[in-house]
Amino acid sequence: MTRPLRTIVTAPPQAKRGQVITVRASAQHPMENGFRHNERGQRIERDILTDFICLYNGIEVFRAKLHTGIAANPLIEFNTLAVESGELSFEWRDSGGLSTIAKARIEVI
Amino acid sequence: MTIQRRDCLAWLSTIGLAPHSMAFASTDQAKQAIQILVGDQTIQTGRVILDIPPLIENGNSVVMTLRVESPMTEQDHVKSVHVLAEGNPLPHILSAYFTPRSGRAQVMSRVRLAENQRVWAIAQMSNGSFWQGYADTLVTTSACTEER
Repeated sequence: MTRPLRTIVTAPPQAKRGQVITVRASAQHPMENGFRHNERGQRIERDILTDFICLYNGIEVFRAKLHTGIAANPLIEFNTLAVESGELSFEWRDSGGLSTIAKARIEVI
Repeated sequence: MTIQRRDCLAWLSTIGLAPHSMAFASTDQAKQAIQILVGDQTIQTGRVILDIPPLIENGNSVVMTLRVESPMTEQDHVKSVHVLAEGNPLPHILSAYFTPRSGRAQVMSRVRLAENQRVWAIAQMSNGSFWQGYADTLVTTSACTEER
């Protein structure tokens, strides 16, 4: 898998204090599950993203472990409470331990 | 008497008209994985809502929404939810870990389903109790083992 991953993050740029906001994060990745074979009958090696972590101003608000049952180009939609203005950071880690980070700004009024 | 679409599909699959893909026989594997998760604790039914379409044309990408009923406060929140498929070559799909800062214990993703099966969601609350929910699905085109 070529790195860094291409990622798309959708989060509201502005929210009211205490509001639950919805965040969508997706990464371009084949999520090769290791059960398929190529045209010569050889097994294609497993290559998946295993972890997704969301930090809000450095504090973990959501984390997910991804397994082979997640479709290619994994999309994760989750929620978080808007507590203060700052930065949301999204990190994806693959089975080899390499990571990609995306960031989004949020203004809380 | 009204005939439900769901019942009709279930009947079709029993007489062999709906395509049954090869069995991965991982129902036991899924049960085992759940056993490992919860240990000797009992699992209560309810509070976990797993939303997967009942009929899926393409198992390679299925929209799954998972919601757990919880006030999500410091004292009472959902710690984690694990999604396990009975009919996939590996039962694990997704594990989500929430905090009170998550606001709502809800997650949406796209998953792979290999065959007609039951998908389980097991949630652990902040007080340590386990709750479960499930969804039954019929899959026409299998994921996972499809060749290039």
